This record gives sequence, C-alpha cells and structure tokens, in this order.
Amino acid sequence: MKPIFASALVATVIFSSSAAHAQSAQATPAASKPKPYMNMGRNATPAEVAAWDIDVRPDFKGLPPGSGSVSKGQGIWEQKCASCHGTFGESNEVFTPIAGGTTKDDVKTGRVASLTSEKQPQRTTIMKVATISTLWDYVYRAMPWNAPRTLTVDETYALVAFMLNLSEVVPDDFVLSNKNIAQVQGMMPNRNGMTQKHGLWTVKGTPDVKNTACMSNCAQHVAIGSVLPDYARNAHNNLAEQNREYGPYRGVDTTKPPLSALPAAGMMMVSTASAAAPKAAGPADLFKKENCSACHAPAAKLVGPSIADVANKYKGVANAQAILEKKVKAGGAGVWGAIPMPAQPQLSDADNKTLVQWMLNGGK
Amino acid sequence: MSERTKTTQSLGNPNLIRKAPENFLSQETIAEINQHGADETRRGFLRKSFMAALGGVGAAGSGLALANPQGDPAILEKQIWQTTLGKNVATEPYGTPSIYEKNLIRRESPGLTRVSAASVAFTPLQGLFGIITPNGLHFERHHQGWYNIDPNKHRLMINGLVKNEKVFTMNDLLRLPSVSRIHFIECGANTGLEWGNVAVPTVQYTHGMLSCCEFTGVPLSTLLDICGADLKKGKYILAEGGDGSGMTRTISMEMALDDVIVAWGMNGEMLRPENGFPLRLVVPGVQGVSWVKWLRRLEVGDMKYATKDEAIHYIDLMPDGLHRQYTSIQECKSVITTPSGGQQLFDKGYYNVSGLAWSGRGKIKRVDVSFDGGNNWRTARLETPILTKALTRFNIDWVWDGSPTIMQSRAIDDTGYVQPTIRQLRAVRGTRSIYHNNAIQSWKVDTNGEVSNVQVG
Repeated sequence: MKPIFASALVATVIFSSSAAHAQSAQATPAASKPKPYMNMGRNATPAEVAAWDIDVRPDFKGLPPGSGSVSKGQGIWEQKCASCHGTFGESNEVFTPIAGGTTKDDVKTGRVASLTSEKQPQRTTIMKVATISTLWDYVYRAMPWNAPRTLTVDETYALVAFMLNLSEVVPDDFVLSNKNIAQVQGMMPNRNGMTQKHGLWTVKGTPDVKNTACMSNCAQHVAIGSVLPDYARNAHNNLAEQNREYGPYRGVDTTKPPLSALPAAGMMMVSTASAAAPKAAGPADLFKKENCSACHAPAAKLVGPSIADVANKYKGVANAQAILEKKVKAGGAGVWGAIPMPAQPQLSDADNKTLVQWMLNGGK
Repeated sequence: MSERTKTTQSLGNPNLIRKAPENFLSQETIAEINQHGADETRRGFLRKSFMAALGGVGAAGSGLALANPQGDPAILEKQIWQTTLGKNVATEPYGTPSIYEKNLIRRESPGLTRVSAASVAFTPLQGLFGIITPNGLHFERHHQGWYNIDPNKHRLMINGLVKNEKVFTMNDLLRLPSVSRIHFIECGANTGLEWGNVAVPTVQYTHGMLSCCEFTGVPLSTLLDICGADLKKGKYILAEGGDGSGMTRTISMEMALDDVIVAWGMNGEMLRPENGFPLRLVVPGVQGVSWVKWLRRLEVGDMKYATKDEAIHYIDLMPDGLHRQYTSIQECKSVITTPSGGQQLFDKGYYNVSGLAWSGRGKIKRVDVSFDGGNNWRTARLETPILTKALTRFNIDWVWDGSPTIMQSRAIDDTGYVQPTIRQLRAVRGTRSIYHNNAIQSWKVDTNGEVSNVQVG
C-alpha cells in the first residue's frame, strides 16, 4: 500500500506543477466536449438591464432623452461642482481644471492649438475631450464626486451645456438636448485631435521604438541629465523607515544632510571613454537638456518665472550676468515666490555662462 | 585626471563607509528595561551588546572582527526565544508579517494627488522577493474610493450583443470551471512621473504601481459562450465596475476570447477589497485601468465606447498635439529593485543585484545589466518560472569596489523587442506624456554607498 500511495502522490505533484507553469491559455474547452454549465446564470429582466446599462457611446446609443440650459447648469454647478472644480471650471486644487486653454478658432478647426504650445501649463478636460458623449456619460455615472449618480438626466444635460459655455463652444442662452447633441459634437474643440493609429491597442501592434541590444562600448560618454533635487530629499519622509532594517540593502536616512553635502559626493558625471567630449550644443538645447524647461517657459510663468520676466527684471542691472550665474549654480528662493530654485552643481562654468547670457537676452 | 580617478582616490577616507550597527537589543529586552528599569544584570547585558555592535563598525562584511574574542553574543548569550515559552497556535488566526517587517508597506507619494480616495498606494518593490506580490502589498489605485462589497449582493450582468442577457451571482460564478494563472498588473501611469526628469526617490514610487499575482476565476470566453455572444458583430466589450466611478473600459473581443479572466481569487484567497473583492477583470498584458475592479457588468458591442479613462485619461499626448486613444499594452520593461534608489550600501564587496522584468506582449527572453551607465552590459540569470505576461525575476553578481556606479537593466521579450532608453522614447513621444513610460531606469551608487535615482542623457 505505502509505496503505491507515495508514487501516485509524486506523479500528481509533477503533473500539477508542470501544468501550472505552462499556464495553458486554452480559455474555451474543446468544442467536442460537452458543456454541462451552459445553463448557468439566469436571464436578466428588461428593468434590470435598464437600471445598469447606463453607458453612452459616441454614436449616442444609450443617451436618454432630455434637455438642460446653460443657466440651469450654472446654478447646479455652483451648488454641486464649484467646490472641487472652481466657479469657472478653472480650479487645479482638487483635480485638473475642466475649462480653459481652448479658443473659438479651435471650435472651427476641431484641433486645440494650445496642445502644442509650451505656454499652456495644464491640459484641461475640454482641451482633451473629443466626444461629447464621454462628458455626458462620466458626469451622469460618477458625479458629483462624493455623491455619484445623484444627478438627473436633465441636470446632466444642463451641466454639460454649462461646461461647453465656459469654453465658449455654445452661447449663454443655449439649451443642450438629445436632439441637438450631435450638432454640438461638431463644435467640440478637440474633435479632430485624437488618433488610434499606434501599436499599443493589440499584443501584435508595432512598438514605437526599436532599440538594439548593444553589449560593449555602447555609450562613449555617460552623463547624468537629471537627479532628485536636494530639497526634495526628505519629501517622501525618512527612507530609512521604508526599507528593511537588516540585510545588505538598507534605507538612506534622509533626515541627515543631502548627498551633495557629504564628502566625495557630487559625482555628476562618470566618463567611460577617455577622450570623448560632449558635443557643443546651442543655448536652447542646453536649456532643454539641463531640464530648465521643466520649470521655466519662454513667456509664461510655470513653476518658476518665464525667461522674458527674468530678462526684464535684470535689464540694466549691473553685474546681472555674475549675479545670475551664481544663483543658477547655488539655487535660491524668495525672489519669484516660495518655490525654491534647486542648485545646479552639474553645470560647467561655460554652460552656465552661455545659459545666463541667453536668458538675459530674452532667450535669443 | 578623469572624474572617475578623482572619486576613487577620495575613497581613501575610511570614515565614508561604515558597517551599520545591528539592532543589538531585541524588542523584548527594550520592553523589559522600560518596565523594570536597568538593574546590574541588565546593565551588564547592555554594555556587552553595545560593545559587540560597535565592534562591527568599520569591519568588512562577514569577516567581522569581534569585540568579544569569545564570539558573537547572538550565539553566546541565550536569547529570550530560546528560554521561554512562545505563543499559541492561532494567536494570529489570519497571520500578519513579523513586527520586524513593519517598514515594508504600501505608501502614497506625498503631493501626488489632493484626495486619497482618487489616489495610488505603491507596492514596496525594494523589499520583495521572487515574482509574487503579497496580497497586502498589491498596489492600490482607486478613482472614487473602495468599498467592502457584500458578495451576497454582488451581481455580474452580461448584456448587449448576446443571445441571452444574463445575471450571475457569486454562487453561480464560483461553480463554473475556473483557471489560475500568474500575471503582472501595471498601471499605465507607472513611471509616469519620470517622463520629464527625476521626480521621486525610490523604486516604490517610480515603479510601484506594479504587482504580480496568481489570479483565479472563470475565463471570460466561457461566460460569453454561456450568454451566446454575437462574435460576428460584437468586436468590443465594455467592462464596468460597481464603484462610485462606475469605472468603464473597452476591451477588444480578440483579447476577451484569448486570456481575459473574470477573477475572484488572488494568491489563493479571495481578492482583497482594495483590489476589487469580490470580482475583477484580469486583462493580461494590458494596463491596470482595464482590469476593472468590483466588476458588475460586461456589455458586448460593435464599437469602442470612448469612456472617460480611454478618451481623456490614459492617453498619450504626442509632440504634434495629437492624443493617442486606447493605448493599452504595457510594453517590455525592467527595473533593478535591489539595490535601488534611497538605499544604502554599507560596505564594498560582493552583492547579488536583483530585479524584475515583464512584457505585455509575451515572455521575457533576456535581461542585461550595466554597471557603467549603459556602456557595457552583462546578461543576468533569469529565475523560473518564466511565464507569459508575468513578472520574471533576474539576478546578477556584482562586486562593488567602492567607485561611483550607474546601474541599469534592459529587458528583451520573445518578440525581440529591446527595452528603450528614455531618450529614444522621448524622441517619438515627446516629454509631455504621462503614461506608458517603459524606459530603462538608472540608479547611481555614490562613493559613500548611497543609491539615488538619476536619469542618464
């Protein structure tokens, strides 16, 4: 008895583990086998389907009849939406803004021009959305945020009308309904701004990038382009407490001084080839490469001041070049607001000089 | 003199690298001293333990120079767990990790979102082993908060282009023939903060919207079969969640019939509420937002649905101003998890460098690792199992000589696709995307052993 039992057990274990690792993708049983479970589940009643089938498609299948005016929408907005989204849909406090960044020209072309502009700091909902059904569906199914699915059909029409009015798509006296919604679709500012031509929808799709698996001498010069600024060192709290307290890899105590303050730190570049020097780039390239563009735009305020504002402020200031070179290298705060400018110790003196000259010249 | 030579010389400072003092007092001893004070016996014990710990400072690796020539107090002293009675069985009826593992938990990234009901809690990849994510550490991402849904009241409806529109209870579903498969799930926004520049310190925050579990459930194809889905007209399926956001995503019929699972099990237990209890969709290889949680409805249709999270979010802004909709597949990617950003090496010498690789298009074929910022590469060991659309663990030997090092890993999948550099990705997609960043990650080890997140080039 005993040996038989043991060998049977071994066989079972081997069989089941190999089956598990193979992860057979046979989703459907072979057609020839009987399917004894085919009557499982029960038929849904029409009322049940109606209660749950609330989605609205781009061809407006699923859209219930109804209507709502801009002015009615404004009233509901102020009561139920403005606390999160701002009076004019401009708020960035809780979620990204709803309105802004679109123009009357966009309504004509169906392409939102500001999507290609560096001046536009945020992508708003109306800048992105191509199909009005998407707006209607989401407001109805999931809004207000803390009390989803409490809006009526007419309230939803009114709110969508108000949002489109905020974006200058429909006039103040507009009434949106199931009858005219297809026409309004023809005015959506970004209706032509979408593509589905890419390789990321199916497993067999073609990837964007073709890299090669080079094994040796692949990069003559390895330069670090971006590091976490020292002021952000402890922004995620003490990393020592987010790692195991034993073992070879422990967490760094981020309550202690930053890396750059420690001896032998500041290794911003590791040369892997003796003679290879980086190619000289123009100041605009340098600006991008050094990630200055993450915080500074040519003419609009982002996290930091625009290049134009900096140029204006230092116009006619003696030693402006020297002052700014020092500031770029060491970082600072207070001149343009509370958010500090991180130090840029990786910048060579020559690059620093080039960048500051270029900025003082208004980015030219 | 090159930069490399300069810093290698600065290693001459013996104070730079220190062996970490071990936690030389047990929790029990600390509690005892707090309660009863330190009498002579306890003082003597403290002195000895402290000297032993100090003895480790500056000494190299396992060849520890002992302060006490007799040997290690961890061996010589009787420990409390050797001399007293331990706890009863079932004291922890479901079980919790050791109190010494309390640091490895899901964490939010401060400032990422203003409201925690529409936020992310990241998996602590820096401390995990193998490929399976423990259920308590599986990353969370909700759009309108989570509920503990009563499974007795949960229903799955299948409607649209089917012969019979049907309703299934959990009792029905658990009776159906089930499968169990191991798959990774990755949020489309994973590593999204790094498109522009380095933004967060650790692998938990760069890559932690990634988990891998054994999911159990009924193949979606079985349910479509039962309902008599119209496979000629029905090219798309809308999956809808039962949460406040009624999360909705379009799935292609091709995938639905291939390997999509309507799942209730996760690593041998029911799904956790934060991960969709009692029912979620598993869409292997596709970004997490399509793995609809608290799944309540599947509709078979003849066109894509353009729901909010495929028409406004989870879309990629291309440099020409066009948005890409319905981007779904998570392409081949890898990351070194140990050592990784925010960690500290206390000594030179041998290390096992380990990480994870995965591809939404199939199996991992190879992973290469570079210790010089991508100039030279060595092929890592792949650990089994190597499964399709699942995490694969890799390991490679490394002897750290104390010089500054930039580590990278580069995965290749069985389609031949080679994980790209961030520079290559940006060349196509620009810098203003949020989603689908699968670039090679770089970690810098400084001369003092501190590992930090950097971008090369």
